[in-house]
Amino acid sequence: MVESNNSHNDQFSATKIPADGHQAHPLKVYFVVWGWLFVLSACSYAIDFMGVQGYLRWTLILFFMFVKAGLIVAIFMHIIWERLSLTYAVLLPPIAVLVFVAIMAIESNYTVLTRFIFFDGG
Amino acid sequence: MTDTSPAKVTASENRPKGLTGLVEDWSSDQRAFKNVSWRKAMMWIFLLSDTFIFSIFLLSYMTARMSTKVGWPNASEVFSLHIGHTNFPLLLIAIMTFVLISSSGTMVLAVNYGYRKDRKLTAIMLLVTALLGATFVGMQAFEWTKLISEGVRPWGNPMGAPQFGGIFFMITGFHGTHVSIGVIFLLVMAVKVWRGDYDKQSKGYFTSRKGEYECVEIMGLYWHFVDLVWVFIFAFFYLW
Repeated sequence: MVESNNSHNDQFSATKIPADGHQAHPLKVYFVVWGWLFVLSACSYAIDFMGVQGYLRWTLILFFMFVKAGLIVAIFMHIIWERLSLTYAVLLPPIAVLVFVAIMAIESNYTVLTRFIFFDGG
Repeated sequence: MTDTSPAKVTASENRPKGLTGLVEDWSSDQRAFKNVSWRKAMMWIFLLSDTFIFSIFLLSYMTARMSTKVGWPNASEVFSLHIGHTNFPLLLIAIMTFVLISSSGTMVLAVNYGYRKDRKLTAIMLLVTALLGATFVGMQAFEWTKLISEGVRPWGNPMGAPQFGGIFFMITGFHGTHVSIGVIFLLVMAVKVWRGDYDKQSKGYFTSRKGEYECVEIMGLYWHFVDLVWVFIFAFFYLW
């Protein structure tokens, strides 16, 4: 397990991080990611253009959103080349937001229920 | 003024990697971000706080939309454009998305040319990024004008749930403000790069610290974050 972890890290340190922490990487990586961002955005737009609805629509929206966000943070913002101490400090706290989302989703359901009961007389 | 920045960034080569490194960095009783300069660490911490601000905005949007009895306006129709005889849903928003992604690409090039000490190309790429950012804000102004002329107000609109306007103006307005501030800083930085401040390591006017090309990378972090927020706004507000 430890072995495979190391080889995973080495894959990224192939583009060696200088000791001063500067993020200088070959241009090719950026152009590939840039191209993908265009493709993924076009896909997002195609969902609406082709009028996909229902669960398929929401799944596709979320999928393209997370892939795009992941590419931007990982490559453009260099997070995969940073040390884990920074990566975790930045990526873990937003998980709290997901908890908040769950709480507010439950609360909204309750609110809309009471609105239907009291404004429309049930 | 004297340069009070902490000692040079320590070499990362001989520190353990992976989870062991994470634990060692954080428990070292010193600074936790070993190979990251104070400026970059501060930018990341600022961006983290900004993440929470935008998260709360989108969260309040979710709460409003989920708890209203009145139907939510169909973004696909509200933001459609008529060109000739065809109706393109979300066309302007799609173009804005592409403009912002293009600007992210030019920003990445600016960072890269900066580390290659290519002064001119860095400045040009920063200018192009600023120009694309300004284009984005311009298109947003057009979009606001269009919606306001159609009767959308923060307290109500002809298309459906009254919260739509308030949420729309708040979220896109806050994002547009971020883009505008970014454009200003990009222009300032382009001038600095063009003058060669980062080659000469001249001291900053406000900070009196030595300028370095790393500043371009940190500017890039901010700019990519603005692009990142747009990815979420595009998905949740316009497509959902």
